[in-house]
Amino acid sequence: MSEFLAMGGYGAYVWSSYAIFAVVLAIDYIAPRLHRRRVLAELRGRIKRQQKRTETPT
Amino acid sequence: MNTLTLWFHKIGSPPTFYRLAGRFTPWLFALAALTGLVGLYGGLVLAPADYQQSDAYRIIFIHVPSAWMSLFIYFVMAVNAFIALVWRIKLSETLAMCCAPIGAAFTAITLATGSIWGKPMWGTWWTWDARLTSELVLLFLYVGVIGLYHAIEDRRQAARAASFLALVGIVNVPIVHFSVKWWNTLHQGSTVRLLGPSAIDASMLWPLLLMALATKLWFLGSLFARARASLLELEAGKDWAREEALRTGAAP
Repeated sequence: MSEFLAMGGYGAYVWSSYAIFAVVLAIDYIAPRLHRRRVLAELRGRIKRQQKRTETPT
Repeated sequence: MNTLTLWFHKIGSPPTFYRLAGRFTPWLFALAALTGLVGLYGGLVLAPADYQQSDAYRIIFIHVPSAWMSLFIYFVMAVNAFIALVWRIKLSETLAMCCAPIGAAFTAITLATGSIWGKPMWGTWWTWDARLTSELVLLFLYVGVIGLYHAIEDRRQAARAASFLALVGIVNVPIVHFSVKWWNTLHQGSTVRLLGPSAIDASMLWPLLLMALATKLWFLGSLFARARASLLELEAGKDWAREEALRTGAAP
C-alpha cells in the first residue's frame, strides 16, 4: 500500500494532480445545485410576496 | 412542419428540456463516476509503470482526458453560440453559456496537472511554448465569455454578446490541437490517434479511453444541471417555473 502511495517517488506530484482533479470536479458538481436551490428559493419568496399583496390590498 | 422539426421544437422548449434533463442528470453523473472509477483503477493500479517516467506518467489519465474536454467543450459551446446567434434559440444561448464554466474547469485542471507533471519531467513548472501558451489563451477565452456574460444586465443580450466572443475564439481550438505539430515545443506530440495505431500500450490505452468517456459523461451531466438552473432563472416569470418552485417547496 505504501509503495502504491509512493508512486515510485513521484507520489507528491501524482496525488496532488489527482487532488486538484477531484476538488475542481466536486465544485463543478455542487455549484449548479446551489444555483438551482437559490433560484427556487427566490421564486418562492416572490410568489409569497405576491400572494400577500393580493390578500391585503392597500 | 415535419415531425423532426416539431420534435426539435418540443425538446428545445425550456420546460420540456428542464424535465428531460432532470431525468437524465443523475444517471449521467452515476455513469461518469462508475466509468471514472474503473478507469482510475486501471490507470493507477493495473497499468504498469512507464519505462522512462516510472509512475509519474500516471498523471496522463487525468491530464489528457481533461485536455480533450477543454477543446471538446469549446467546440460544443461554439456550435451552440452559432445556433444562438443565427436562430436566437433560448435553449442554445443557455447551453452555450453553461458550457463556459465547465470548459474553464477542465482547462484549469489541464494547466495545473500539466504543470505538476512538467516539474519532475521537464524540470520546470511552466514554459512559454506553443501548446502551453495556446491552452492558457483557451482558459482566458472561457473566462472572457463568463465575464462578458455577467457584465451585461439583460440576460439574453448578454448571452448573445458572449456567444459572439465564443464564436470568434474558436480559431484558438485548432491552434491548440496542432501546436505540437506546427511548432517545436517541449510538449510531446499526440500518442493516441483516431486514425491509425496509437503509440501507447493497450494496458495504458484502455484506462485512458475510459477516463475520456467518464469526463464526457460528466460534462453532459454538469451541462444539464447548469442548464436547468439557468432556464429556471431565465423563465422565473413563467407558470412552469412557479409550479416547479411550489412543487420543490412543498417537499422538504
